[in-house]
Amino acid sequence: MVTKDKKKAVQVKALDDSPDWTFELLGQYQTEIARVANHYRLDTYTNQIEVITAEQMMDAYAGVGMPIGYNHWTFGKKFIQTEQTYKRGQMGLAYEIVINSSPCISYLMEENTMPMQALVMAHACYGHNSFFKGNYLFKSWTDASSIIDYLLFAKNYIANCEHRYGIDEVEATLDACHALMNHGVDRYKRPQKISLDEELKRQTEREEYLQSQVNRLWRTVPNSKKNTNEEQYCFPSEPQENILYFIEKNAPLLQPWQREIVRIVRKISQYFYPQKQTQVMNEGWACFWHYTILNHLYDEKLVTDKFMLEFLHSHTNVVSQQEYNSKYYSGINPYALGFNMFIDIRRICENPTEEDKEYFPEIAGSNWLDTLHFAMENFKDESFISQYLSPKLIRDFKLFHIHDDEQNNYVEIGAIHNEQGYKKIRQKLSEQYNLSNLEVNIQIIKANIEGDRSLTLRYTPHNNIELGDSKSEVIKHLHYLWKFDVKIIQEKQNGEDEIITQCPDKSSDS
Amino acid sequence: MANFIDRRLNSKNKSTVNRQRFLRRYKNQIKKSVSDAINQRGVTDIDSGENIIIPKKDLSEPVFHQGGGGVRDKVHPGNDKFATGDRIAKPPNQQGQGGGQGDASDSGEGEDDFTFSISKEEYLNLLFEDLELPNLEKNQLDKLIEYKTVRSGFCAEGVPANIDIVKSLQGSIARRIAMTSSKRRQLKECQQTLSTLCEDKHDHISEERDLKKQITDLESKIAKVPFIDTFDLRFRNFAKQAVPTSKAVMFCLMDVSGSMDQATKEMAKRFYILLYLFLSRTYKNIDVVYIRHHTQAKEVDEHEFFYSQETGGTIASSALELMSEIITKRYNDNQWNIYGAQASDGDNWADDSPHCKYLLESKILPKARYFSYIEITQRAHQTLWQQYQKVMESHSNFAIQHIKEVSDIYPVFRELFKKNTNSAA
Repeated sequence: MVTKDKKKAVQVKALDDSPDWTFELLGQYQTEIARVANHYRLDTYTNQIEVITAEQMMDAYAGVGMPIGYNHWTFGKKFIQTEQTYKRGQMGLAYEIVINSSPCISYLMEENTMPMQALVMAHACYGHNSFFKGNYLFKSWTDASSIIDYLLFAKNYIANCEHRYGIDEVEATLDACHALMNHGVDRYKRPQKISLDEELKRQTEREEYLQSQVNRLWRTVPNSKKNTNEEQYCFPSEPQENILYFIEKNAPLLQPWQREIVRIVRKISQYFYPQKQTQVMNEGWACFWHYTILNHLYDEKLVTDKFMLEFLHSHTNVVSQQEYNSKYYSGINPYALGFNMFIDIRRICENPTEEDKEYFPEIAGSNWLDTLHFAMENFKDESFISQYLSPKLIRDFKLFHIHDDEQNNYVEIGAIHNEQGYKKIRQKLSEQYNLSNLEVNIQIIKANIEGDRSLTLRYTPHNNIELGDSKSEVIKHLHYLWKFDVKIIQEKQNGEDEIITQCPDKSSDS
Repeated sequence: MANFIDRRLNSKNKSTVNRQRFLRRYKNQIKKSVSDAINQRGVTDIDSGENIIIPKKDLSEPVFHQGGGGVRDKVHPGNDKFATGDRIAKPPNQQGQGGGQGDASDSGEGEDDFTFSISKEEYLNLLFEDLELPNLEKNQLDKLIEYKTVRSGFCAEGVPANIDIVKSLQGSIARRIAMTSSKRRQLKECQQTLSTLCEDKHDHISEERDLKKQITDLESKIAKVPFIDTFDLRFRNFAKQAVPTSKAVMFCLMDVSGSMDQATKEMAKRFYILLYLFLSRTYKNIDVVYIRHHTQAKEVDEHEFFYSQETGGTIASSALELMSEIITKRYNDNQWNIYGAQASDGDNWADDSPHCKYLLESKILPKARYFSYIEITQRAHQTLWQQYQKVMESHSNFAIQHIKEVSDIYPVFRELFKKNTNSAA
């Protein structure tokens, strides 16, 4: 903190607040922001800040957050949509896009004013960046340092396949993989560093293999003990939730290059999986820090009133929450919820009320910075909300819970923002961010490897919600990869299994 | 901690390939949209791109998602009037369909169709793809030829006005160097010998005298080489180059008698648009003349041509006569490439058809590059078709085709022009 003390001692000269940015000015702001971020112990990957034009921003949009993407028509569709809505003025472009990589790439739009660029740098380069580096999901699921190389490999590999096997074949394979992309992630299993046990086991396996090559000599001796215990053999031995992984390893007729493509899509899906689970936290964390850092600079008189007014204007737009009866309402704004939760946690630490002490005995009055870092590192949206959503925030947002049962011809208000309702609302809101409630639970339960090679999947409904109509389309894609009969079954009320869809469709034949 | 990179000058069209992939994949839908769009356009309105509409369901990227039914819990902000236990009736039409939660489905169904723009080039390419235009372009319809003089190098003969001074003097220098080089060499040798002789201590008077004489001889010979010779003269050369005229006039003739309904006219319109597009790839300026006729012919504007309804009998020759008149008056066939396209349902007053044949053969076809007749009808051919068939046998720049449905237009258009390109080739 030597620099900071020195700054304080000398009469501080405010940074230039003219709306036009220059690279020199960006550098000055960046240095100051970095200093403050460091003061708040934000640990980040090295920043790579790229200034791009609006057109390039649209390209970046189309790449769905991948800085290097393989070619596929869906990205073209995304691009056309973006371009169309942008040109008609129905949509503004984001001020920035940030990529979970090391170095951490952030795109700043050329058109932003200087205060906007400062906001964006604090938000993306220090907020999101430190989240990527610190949050446990990102730590255990993604490898920031290798993602760019992997994406480059994927792009080249797929381009190569197109040359060799034709665009149509590759496109069909990618279509099929994209349809199953959400089921290319191990939801419950963590990727783990290979333990010593595992390492030894693998080594023995290798040895056994070598030994088996030697044993060939003795194969001529008839093996009488075979075929005794095999009727009960079921494959896979446990239900598989990671459909793409199963396909990659076990689909009987896939070409090697198709397996590699399945793998690529699976890897990319896995890379994005943490982002899906931490939207509220990630945005909230970034908003909290751009707000806190820039206010810190203001307190140090490094930025002017004019700068702050423009900043606050943009900031307020981002974190505003429409109410349910507004015509602009489109669900809860993750920026608003996340930002207010982090602000609220700080408040609970610094100025706890009696209510806070009752609800949050561990954190009320604790060091706010420690608490915030702990929260950022160890939670995802679901657990974050169930842990930290305070009654005060529920009142501020006036949250209420609607219970909708298909059986009834009415919806019921389950809870509102009052003493009786706090816990229920917290629980329901948390469930709302639980991906395993939102995504469909489909698992592979049987591959008939001895007989007709058919594949059976089971749909397990959550809250009796049916599987959507697209199932018959998706299963065609699955069939394309598996190339033998595929069916999805679901347990009926009476406990029997019923086929809900299959490919090829046999229902018309019978 | 941070590196700044200015990427603004990098290429911005990273998505071009993906966009093309998209167009490639949805070619059929886009083509359909393009051909639907033709109806909405004026014949000469080909300068803009086109909005393409594709039904959203065709574009879906299906994933497993939750469907209807079941129990849903949702938290919303901004409670202003609800208390725990309140019941709100569902709108009746949504009963049992997953309640009033609009965001339950992400299949995209029920949303608007997917609309986007393609550029003019993409539009034309899509439109012409069916027509195999590249082939057509290679063997263009024969055009009226004009000549223009262009510079084409230099020649040794010409009129004094065309002398190119620089080229001529360059020639002169070259000639002088070539003609004097051996003498210069001799001169140099003589001078060298002379100087060695002079330096020698002994006297070589006679030799020196001979050498000096030789030197003067050589110098005078060199001086006698003329500075410029007729041989050196170079004249600018001009050649005549054939330039096809870029002017064309397209006559649209259409029967608007009672028997032509709007659908038939729409079909004819497509044919005219195609012809116009085709011509516009070849010619810079195209005039379009609309002539409609029943028993009398009249020159009209585009809107009236396609959309006003008349009744009455049909005398096709009236239109041909008007066309011939307009050609004589306004479109000199030495300067204009004249194209005619006649559309009709085949109805004509029987006695008039031979007259049509006569008009075509004597007045129009000799002047026109190409004249096509399309008959849009489901019925049997009548006298006009029979007469025109005779004309077709004897004239290569005349073609007739029969169209039954909209889908026939592309093939027929192709057929019309294939025939002609073959005969032209």
